[in-house]
Amino acid sequence: MPKITYIEASGKEHVIEVPAGQTVMEGAVKHNVPGIDADCGGACACATCHVYVDPAWAGRTGESTGMEQSMLDFANDVEPTSRLSCQIKVTADLDGLVVRLPKSQH
Amino acid sequence: MIVGAGQAGGETAIRLRQLGYAGPVTLIGEEPLPPYQRPPLSKAYLSGALPLERLLLKPEEAYAEENIVLLKGAPVVWLDRAQKRVRLQGGRELPYETLVLATGSRARALPVAGADLPGVHLLRSAADVDAIRAELGTARRMVVIGAGYIGLETAAVVRKMGLEVTVIEAAPRPLARVTSPEMSGFFLDVHTAAGVRFALSAQAAVIKGDERVRAVGLVDGEEIPCDIVVAGIGIIPETSLAEAAGLHVHNGITVDRFARTSDPAIYAVGDCVSRPLVHYGREGRLESVHNAIEGGKIAAAMIAGQPPPAEEVPWFWSDQYDLKLQIAGLFNGYDETVLRGSPAERSFALFYLKEGRLIALDAVNRGAEFLGGKRLIEKGASVAPAALSDMSKPFKDIMTAALASQ
Repeated sequence: MPKITYIEASGKEHVIEVPAGQTVMEGAVKHNVPGIDADCGGACACATCHVYVDPAWAGRTGESTGMEQSMLDFANDVEPTSRLSCQIKVTADLDGLVVRLPKSQH
Repeated sequence: MIVGAGQAGGETAIRLRQLGYAGPVTLIGEEPLPPYQRPPLSKAYLSGALPLERLLLKPEEAYAEENIVLLKGAPVVWLDRAQKRVRLQGGRELPYETLVLATGSRARALPVAGADLPGVHLLRSAADVDAIRAELGTARRMVVIGAGYIGLETAAVVRKMGLEVTVIEAAPRPLARVTSPEMSGFFLDVHTAAGVRFALSAQAAVIKGDERVRAVGLVDGEEIPCDIVVAGIGIIPETSLAEAAGLHVHNGITVDRFARTSDPAIYAVGDCVSRPLVHYGREGRLESVHNAIEGGKIAAAMIAGQPPPAEEVPWFWSDQYDLKLQIAGLFNGYDETVLRGSPAERSFALFYLKEGRLIALDAVNRGAEFLGGKRLIEKGASVAPAALSDMSKPFKDIMTAALASQ
């Protein structure tokens, strides 16, 4: 199962096995990793699952849609590799993915 | 002790642990499942795109890992406030120190003869949807009763599966309770173009059939043949436990901004409460994920002795076909609407103003207008209609300018 490393804003790391087909958001929420709220449960409706994809992985997490981009624009402290983690689908190719979490989702 | 293991109850339990609450936490639910998301029930769970394990808010083990005792399939039938105990069906009694009522709501039953025929369904729980899905393989014609969000989302999903769909609605337009005539017209057109038939200003009088449903008869005598019926005609807050225990109940369990009921040892959250709607200066009941999560956050903070978060502007969403509808605020009482974007291109927002202030919006495939508009509503901002509709500027710039001028 692909392993994903979530790094909280404090630096605390969580390495989670996330089944292929689920999203990066689900891996965090279902294992109680604090820092991703995902209020809407992954519907790309709330922009509370913002993460920074590690630059080494930025090209491999797929393209963000127009909807995701327009929502991300309103997140706090957006960086070039910012994504909504509910829109990154986990595949075998993402084994080892590293994402950092922002200080706050609101 | 938390009674009710829906999204509000589940959120309360998890938040208590995130806030460092170390006391025992028991989460008691009537359904046989751990807390799960309800919004996908009429969307991706109905279509089969989302399996049960992804519907769950957390895997069941996550509760044990957080030292939360989860009792499933355990309806609470009595609340004794004097003795601070609840009684489960079957007689088991459990004491509490602090109680959170997260009893949710139940689907309004169809008040017509034949509603108990096989093939006639309500849509509120995962079990309801499992029962509907089990019949979708053989069903060819569905009647949906009620053109609210549940009804229209269901129509969109089963239409895409190829069923013939007729939606019956008592009001003259779909979504009449929740949005403006302009938005109703848009969604009516979208569904009609997708092949959904509508019977508006129409009321089901009887459901006909022998072994199973065969047709829905309307008050005017028309008969609509079908082999499956799904009714989404609203929900009723589940307040019987609170009422029997003498808590103040008026269209929901009455709570203050801090989720406190009229009993200092009891909080209440989610669909079952009537709470102050601080952005609108009145009290009301909200049927939404936003309300469930926020109630959980507030009650958990109060119990853990921490400052509760500020209330968000109410928000909501609906998925139908390729459309993502995002709603912020409550539109009741608006005196002006402003359109931004193009309904024909299925990308627009409709803003609702009252005395020049933005009070609500409906955004179709427009994430920026939703998030930016939500912030303007939160600040009680006055915005010129011409600014809102100016498509030459990104909405974020319009929001920033409007906030700066307040």
